[in-house]
Parts: sequence; structure tokens; C-alpha cells
Amino acid sequence: MQRQVALIKQSLLDQGYLDEQFMELEELQDDANPNFVEEVATLYFKDSARLINNIDQALERGSFDFNRLDNYMHQFKGSSTSIGASKVKTECTMFREYCRAGNAEGCLRTFKQLKKEHATLRKKLEQYFQLARQAGPKETARRPK
Amino acid sequence: MALGDLSSSSTSELHVLAVDDSIVDRKVIERLLRISACKVTTVESGTRALQYLGLDGDKGSSGLKDLKVNLIVTDYSMPGLTGYELLKKIKESSAFREIPVVIMSSENIQPRIEQCMTEGAEDFLLKPVKLADVKRLKELIMRGGEAEQEKTSNLIISSPKRILQNNFFFNIFFIITIIVIFIA
Repeated sequence: MQRQVALIKQSLLDQGYLDEQFMELEELQDDANPNFVEEVATLYFKDSARLINNIDQALERGSFDFNRLDNYMHQFKGSSTSIGASKVKTECTMFREYCRAGNAEGCLRTFKQLKKEHATLRKKLEQYFQLARQAGPKETARRPK
Repeated sequence: MALGDLSSSSTSELHVLAVDDSIVDRKVIERLLRISACKVTTVESGTRALQYLGLDGDKGSSGLKDLKVNLIVTDYSMPGLTGYELLKKIKESSAFREIPVVIMSSENIQPRIEQCMTEGAEDFLLKPVKLADVKRLKELIMRGGEAEQEKTSNLIISSPKRILQNNFFFNIFFIITIIVIFIA
């Protein structure tokens, strides 16, 4: 089962959903803190849901306050970078470029894509963490009873 | 002042105040610092950092804590007080200006880096901050702490060889003291 977990992680990396930062975070786990990355991910998805909501509301209003949108996206990009959410980070960068160009259409389009990537990552990571918990800690792999 | 007092301030555990408005980043930096055997206090804004340090103008709070902060690590872009503004306030305070302040930022903007370093920042780290960054930082601070100790202890134990290792100001002070003693 350990192998299955490792394969899933590798595929997430290969497909570009995650980058080396995710690996860096996993390095910070130990026996005393075996679920650190999952805890960070939980915080990330809670926080990013809030940001998505804020941006949705701002876009719905129709009047494009590009400064404010850029601000939200700066936060979003920051936390996405910290967890290694590579595809989401890329969409954030594009969104910010459209903001700077004052391109409302581009913003809307990119945001739609961003939400899609975000939802996909969330699902994949939920699967990954569930499996990882079942598989147990890496160093002391216990056989299932 | 007994020598014992000097050595007790340099316990091997650094107390770091980490300032970041991002809850994700606070969690990560806290973990990085804890792994590096530091005691960590996290706050979510520059304003809260000033409150914690007792620099928010509320005179009552500063005496309450037996506060020993060895290092302040702060994000640059924060709503309200930016990391740069926090840095300035810390460097303006007589109580805390000696504490090293490190700025973190996700953006590699040269003028920003220069601005912070000119204002007295110890270092500027690009996010995402890595364990290697924190370890390097810790070593830097610990070495700086040892140098601080040597400086202070030299005022009491006069050691001619050590004078050469001290900075200019202390050299002059020491020489003047010797001259005064000779004259007296």
C-alpha cells in the first residue's frame, strides 16, 4: 500500500498538480507530526475557499476593481505556492496579469479555469491523504492485521 | 553584574516571533522554526506584532512580559502595517532595535530588497521559505549572539587579546578607560 501512495504522489508531481514544495513539506513530517502536510492542506483549502468566495462576489458585482482582485489573487498565489499547488499557482499568475492589463474577460476566463484546477487538486489530495493514512507511517510500516 | 547573568541569556533555544497574514504560511514557518529547535510565537499582522512587543503605545503592556525575542521574521506584503513598516518601527525602538529582523517575500523585487536591507533588515528570504534557509538563519543569529556576549563580557574581564576582535567603538571605550585609570 505504501507503494500505491508513492505512485499516486509521483503521478501528481508528473502531471504538474504538485511541485517540489509539496515534497519539501513532506520532509518536515516525523513521528511526532505525521499529518503535517494534511494539516497544511486542510488550512489551504479552507482559506482558498474563502478567497474564491470573495473573488466570486467581486466578479458578480460586475464592476471590476482590478486592484482588489489582484490583492485577493496575491494571497491565493502565496498560499498555493507554499503548499506546492503548481497548476493553481499558474492560473493565479495569469489572472494577475489580466488584472494588470485591465482585461475583465481574461480574468473571468482564467478564474473559471482556476476553480476547476482547485477542485481537481482538492479531490486528488483528499484521495492521497486518505490512502496515506491507511498505509500508515513510512518508516515503521506495519502489516495489516 | 555577575557573569552568570550574561550566560543565562544565551540559552540555545531562540525565541522567534513570526509575522504573516497567511494562515498557511504561518503554519509552515512555525514548523520550520520548531524543527530548527526554536521557540515560536506567530501573529497575523504587524499591528499584533507591535502589541506583542509592547510597542503599540499602550505603555502598560511592555512591562508585563518577561519578553525575550531573539529574532523577528516577517512577511513583507501584509494588509495594514507592511513588513517594511514593522521593520522601521522595530529599528526605531530603543528596546528592540538590536533584535535581528528578517523579511520574507514571494516577490523578488530588487528595490524592495535594498530598501529593507538599508533599513537594517538582517536578511531577505524568498518564499517559499525552505528548511535550509531557516537553519542558515539560526546559525547566523546564534553566532551573532555569541559575539554580543563576548563584547559585553569584555567590559568586565579585560583581555588584551580580545580587544582586537571587538568593534571599533568598544576599542576606543576600553583604551580611554585604561588611560583614565593610569592618570588617576
